[in-house]
Formats: sequence, C-alpha cells, structure tokens
Amino acid sequence: MSTSTTKSSRPLSPHLQIYKLTWTMVMSIIHRVTGAGLYFGTLLLAWWLVSAAIGPGAFATAKAVFGSFLGRLVLFGFTWALFHHMIGGVRHFIWDLGRGFGEAERFLLAKITLGGSLALTILTWIVAYAAN
Amino acid sequence: MSMRTPLGKVRGLGSAKSGTEHFWQQRITALANVPLMFFLVVVVIATIGADYAQAKALLGSPFVAIGVLAAVVSGLVHMRLGMQVIIEDYIPNEAMKIGALYLNTFATVLIGIACVWAVAKLSFGA
Ligand code: HEM
Repeated sequence: MSTSTTKSSRPLSPHLQIYKLTWTMVMSIIHRVTGAGLYFGTLLLAWWLVSAAIGPGAFATAKAVFGSFLGRLVLFGFTWALFHHMIGGVRHFIWDLGRGFGEAERFLLAKITLGGSLALTILTWIVAYAAN
Repeated sequence: MSMRTPLGKVRGLGSAKSGTEHFWQQRITALANVPLMFFLVVVVIATIGADYAQAKALLGSPFVAIGVLAAVVSGLVHMRLGMQVIIEDYIPNEAMKIGALYLNTFATVLIGIACVWAVAKLSFGA
C-alpha cells in the first residue's frame, strides 16, 4: 500500500451535521430508510408465501402473527414505507427527466410524497378492513 | 512497494464500466415495481378473509402466481442494487464491505429461491 499523504490531506466534503435540515434532505433520508426497511419487509413476504406453501398449520401460524396487534403495527409500517418509497421513487423519475429542481417544486414534491403516502396507506387499510 | 499515489494509479483507467447498468436496472425495476407492488397489496388483502384452501387456490392460480413472481423478482433485483449502494456508502473498511456485498447477494438469491419454490408448490403441488 502507498503511504502517501494524499488521503489525509485531501479536502473532505462537509458531512450531514454541517447542513441545515431541510424538507428535501429529510425526504432523501426517509427514501433510503424506507428502502432498507422494505428489504427486511421482503423477508416477511417470503415467510408468508413459504408458510402458505408448507400447509394449513404453518399458514395459520403466519396469519396469527401478522394478525396480532404487533403484527398489524409492523404491517402498517410496511405499507407506509412501501407507498412512501414508491412515490419518492416516482419523484426520482421526475428528476431524471430533468424537471422539478426548482425550490418551490422540490418542496411540493416533498409534500406530495409525505401526504400521498399517508393517504394511500390509510386508504389501503380502510379497504383491507372493509373487504374482510 | 510502489511510489505512486493511489490517485496516480487509477488516473486514466476510466470508470469500472458498470455504473450505468446499475443505474438502469435500478430505474427499470423501480418502474416495474409500481404496478407490481399495487398488485401484491391487492393479493395480500384478498387472502385476509380467505380460509387455507381459498388462499392456496388464489396464490396458485396462473395470473396471481405469475404476477407475484414478477413482483418478487423485480423487487429483489431492485432491493439488492439499492442495498449495494447503501453498503458502499457506509462501510469504509474494504474487507467488511466486500463481505457485506456478498451477504447482500446471498440473501437476495436465497429469498428469491424460497419465494419461487413457494409459488411453484402452490401452483403445481398437491
Ligand atoms: C414500489 C415501487 C418502487 C419504486 C418506484 C422505487 C424507486 C427507487 C429509486 C428510484 C431508487 C433510487 C434512489 C436513488 O437513486 O437515490 C430506489 C432505491 C432503493 N429501493 Fe426502491 N423503489 C420501489 C420499491 C422498492 C422495494 C419493494 C424495495 C425493497 C424490497 C426497495 C428497496 C430500495 C432500496 C434498498 C434502495 C436504496 C436506497 C438508497 O440508495 O438510498 N424499493 N428505489
């Protein structure tokens, strides 16, 4: 390995705590956190599918866990993370097309992401309860 | 031992040539995920009130089974790429980073195989 000093003397970009917290920054962080959360949510999906494939007993167990208060709480969070990340992803598409970079637009996109995700989550759960 | 600096060694070599592919796969799967995740949510809701036989019949029916598999595959490819970026961002130690990247791939493949096995058994199994 080289023992040169380029690594230490190179100027470093300032890290998070230097910046003032802004809406767009919080949304960016939440996009990453929800993405990581969905990763682990996928484990729940896999368990659910596998339990259904194994048989009635395993499926009933999975159903009981998901149906418990804690299970529902986790699934509610899962639903919100999915919709928040989904709308946040669509926001990325808008940026990829070179639009929505203005100050007002960025703020509007942040509001749509948060409001839209909450609305879709609540709507999904209303439908889920109404349909069963 | 080389007298050259790390920067001097890589200058002129260009990029690793796989960044664009990563970006595109991330975006294509993201786009596919939008309808597929809505589909998945509907399927899950439809099984809540169902008994075991009904749930099995639904999950094993051609349209639902293929849709669920599409959602699983697109979701897994997407989440693996996404987690790769998170790992590269936060784990500066090279050995630990490579270990985490392997783990990410293994986990993704294993989850995928489990889901494919489950849907296949629900579709064709007794
Ligand atoms: C539902 C539709 C979805 C859309 C539209 C979407 C969109 C996106 C986009 C555009 C990115 C890249 C963000 C960037 O370049 O900074 C991303 C990152 C990511 N996504 Fe998704 N995604 C979706 C679903 C999912 C699902 C189901 C999972 C997990 C199973 C997931 C996990 C991740 C992860 C882990 C990242 C990396 C986050 C980061 O680098 O900050 N996404 N998503």
